[in-house]
Amino acid sequence: MSVTTPDLEAPSGVPQEQTTSPKRKTSTFARVAKYTLLKFASIFLSVIVAVYLTILIANMGGYVDQIVRGQIREFIGQQLRADQNYQQMDPAQKNEFFLAQVERAEKRYGLDKPFAVRSLTFLWNAIRMDFGTAQLMASDTGSRQVKLIILDRLGPTLLLVGASNLLLFFGSIALALMLSRSYGNFWDKLIIGFSPTSSAPSWFYGLFLILLFAAVLRWLPFGGMIDSPPPRDQLGYILNVGKHLILPTLAIILSNLFISIYNWRTFFLIYSSEDYVEMAKAKGLSDRDIQYRYILRPTLPTIITSFALLVIGLWTGLILTEGVFQWPGLGRTFITAIGLYDTPVIVALTIIYAYLLAITVFVLDFVYALVDPRVKIGS
Amino acid sequence: MQGIIKGFQQLLKYPSAVIGLALIAILFIVSILTVIIIPRDEAIRLWRGGEAIWGQNPKTVPPAWTNLFRSKKLPETIVLTMTDESVQSEINERAEGENRIMVYSFNYIADEAPQDVVFSFTSRYATRNPFVSIFWVTPDGREIRLMEQGINYNFSYRATQDTKLSRRLGGLSPEIGLFDNPETEAVDVLKGQYQIVIDYLTFENDSSISKADVIIHGKVYGLFGTDHQRRDLTIGILWGVPIALAFGLVASFGTSIAAIIFAALGVWYGGWVDELIQRITEINLNLPILSILIMIGTFYSKSITTILGATVLLSIFSGAIKSYRAIFMQVKESPYIEAARSYGASSSRIIFNYLIPRVTPLLIPGLVLGVPSFVFLEATLASLNLGDPVLPTWGKIIYEAWGTGGAVYNGFYYWILEPAILLIITGLGFALVGFAMDRIFNPRLRDI
Repeated sequence: MSVTTPDLEAPSGVPQEQTTSPKRKTSTFARVAKYTLLKFASIFLSVIVAVYLTILIANMGGYVDQIVRGQIREFIGQQLRADQNYQQMDPAQKNEFFLAQVERAEKRYGLDKPFAVRSLTFLWNAIRMDFGTAQLMASDTGSRQVKLIILDRLGPTLLLVGASNLLLFFGSIALALMLSRSYGNFWDKLIIGFSPTSSAPSWFYGLFLILLFAAVLRWLPFGGMIDSPPPRDQLGYILNVGKHLILPTLAIILSNLFISIYNWRTFFLIYSSEDYVEMAKAKGLSDRDIQYRYILRPTLPTIITSFALLVIGLWTGLILTEGVFQWPGLGRTFITAIGLYDTPVIVALTIIYAYLLAITVFVLDFVYALVDPRVKIGS
Repeated sequence: MQGIIKGFQQLLKYPSAVIGLALIAILFIVSILTVIIIPRDEAIRLWRGGEAIWGQNPKTVPPAWTNLFRSKKLPETIVLTMTDESVQSEINERAEGENRIMVYSFNYIADEAPQDVVFSFTSRYATRNPFVSIFWVTPDGREIRLMEQGINYNFSYRATQDTKLSRRLGGLSPEIGLFDNPETEAVDVLKGQYQIVIDYLTFENDSSISKADVIIHGKVYGLFGTDHQRRDLTIGILWGVPIALAFGLVASFGTSIAAIIFAALGVWYGGWVDELIQRITEINLNLPILSILIMIGTFYSKSITTILGATVLLSIFSGAIKSYRAIFMQVKESPYIEAARSYGASSSRIIFNYLIPRVTPLLIPGLVLGVPSFVFLEATLASLNLGDPVLPTWGKIIYEAWGTGGAVYNGFYYWILEPAILLIITGLGFALVGFAMDRIFNPRLRDI
């Protein structure tokens, strides 16, 4: 939770200022593309550093080495099982042959090289999403490939994050605009009074929602994503998933709604005291026009920046929220992996979370470029 | 400094801040008392203790005060031992050994049957073990035979598990059947004076029974109830207070102060120092902090100090450092800094004596507002089973209630609600004070 103070630069996104100057040579598209590319490069760099740090942290106990060693042993074991000559050896010989093969392979993988060199190999593998095989866990199709385990679980997580973020974003903007219009009245004070509740993470709200709506009232399911057995027809399936989606989405929204309304209402109030808004009022423009074109428009870039910080925090809370709701996403897989001590999966999920975080930041930066006239016009 | 004192005085004008301060004060008093009354080692010993320490408590029962709100009062635990004064005892010496008849009596006033009836014996013998018979006498004078058998050194008899007794009681589970009123059709409790007759025979001169306890496990217990291991939740809940406060305060102070120092250093020295700090902040924003903490917890150590240290390290270069930087950029250009520079003040003097004190009013609200998020972070980690291995914390209680205890499915709501409500109180206390401080110390927000 954080209270973001608005940055009080002169709002440059005022419609009247958009006069075409003779200096403007490059097209809007080129500017947006350039901005986006620069952002992409910077985020990509920071992701690489983040992944490298993850590898360093994980490997301080030699865990990445363990992953690779395990992989080699499994691969060689599989290969030898298919080998006719190997099958006919006696056990001692078999073992000796196996160990010799493993040693050769470890040398080939560079496990005898210093860690500094090897860590770069791991980095390259992580960037290519090659996470090796899990120790215990398996994907829905029975594969031990960490990549497949993660891909299986990515969809539900994205569904939950997408649904809750979109609702949160548009819901808070609408409510904040409404409150800034009726500044100081009962509803305004009530919602502002609620803003400290956002210090609790979403899983915490989940506990209460499950207690109330699932355990006591029995209106909604305790958790999961689909009934068992799932409905046969497609519409029934979608409705069923929707029913399971209500509580986790509500938990995520509840934990972030009041603080974002509080922050954004503050932005709206600051921008609505600008001279050009007074001017627009004097001209007799409708309230609706003033709100959308003169207050919301110049505030949007600031709001998106603050929303980005919010979403970063939201990814963190998501792991346990999925656990509490038994939502079959990455978070629950993470919890299972912790329980089973499945190192490759834990390391891979940490890296995946770094990617997802970066993608979120990048998408929001792209939206920022679209709504901030400073990027389009070039200042 | 005076501005800060003035600000605190202003704080008392906000009712929400006064409530928040009161909550924080109560939490502080509770945590100091807890640490004094139940020292750390004692708390760990009790919390990790098994049946030996907690055997006399009922399993997963709500707190005793919930009876105030119930129309049907639930029973409290009744423990009777052979040394109680109310126990009438009659000893007959035999040629070898003795015969003793003990009559325990208790008054049963609750509206519901207890959780369990347990008899626990400790005996001493060389080769021939003592023989014990237990009879149950209801207020209306019926006598029910519970058990007749030889016992070994440590023996306990649980009426609930006696299926033969259940059959004799007409199919009712024994703990219900023993208290049932036979006059009525429905299963209801017969209140009044119950008696238990324990009659034992020993067959050797040295043989004796040194302990013959009757434990009638109630359905409510103490101030906070018990968990699935019969532990008194009071210890976990109370010890959660100092741990939550310490974790939240140390993490929030640590990160805020380190962030402000780094921001000041970056602004003052500028150049590559500033660049480096900014780049680190950008990378840090892309780090999945919780996942990394999980990794540290699983691979290295779950100890609360390790996690605390890692949390502080990972949170220093966060969004806050950017806003501090923006403020320092303005302050750096002020005339008094120039004056300090012109009389030859050292860099460290300017940073620590002139730059940082100037932004302290802005630091304080953020510092207070940061506490709840760290308290909840600890709870989050503990709820992922990455809590401190020995100390009881609120998050660990939630984890046990939700996971192993199945509190939601079995309706043990108090077990989750107690730590959860305390987490809310802690979060709310600091958040209320922080929001009020933000308005006082942050002049831009004062009018809004």
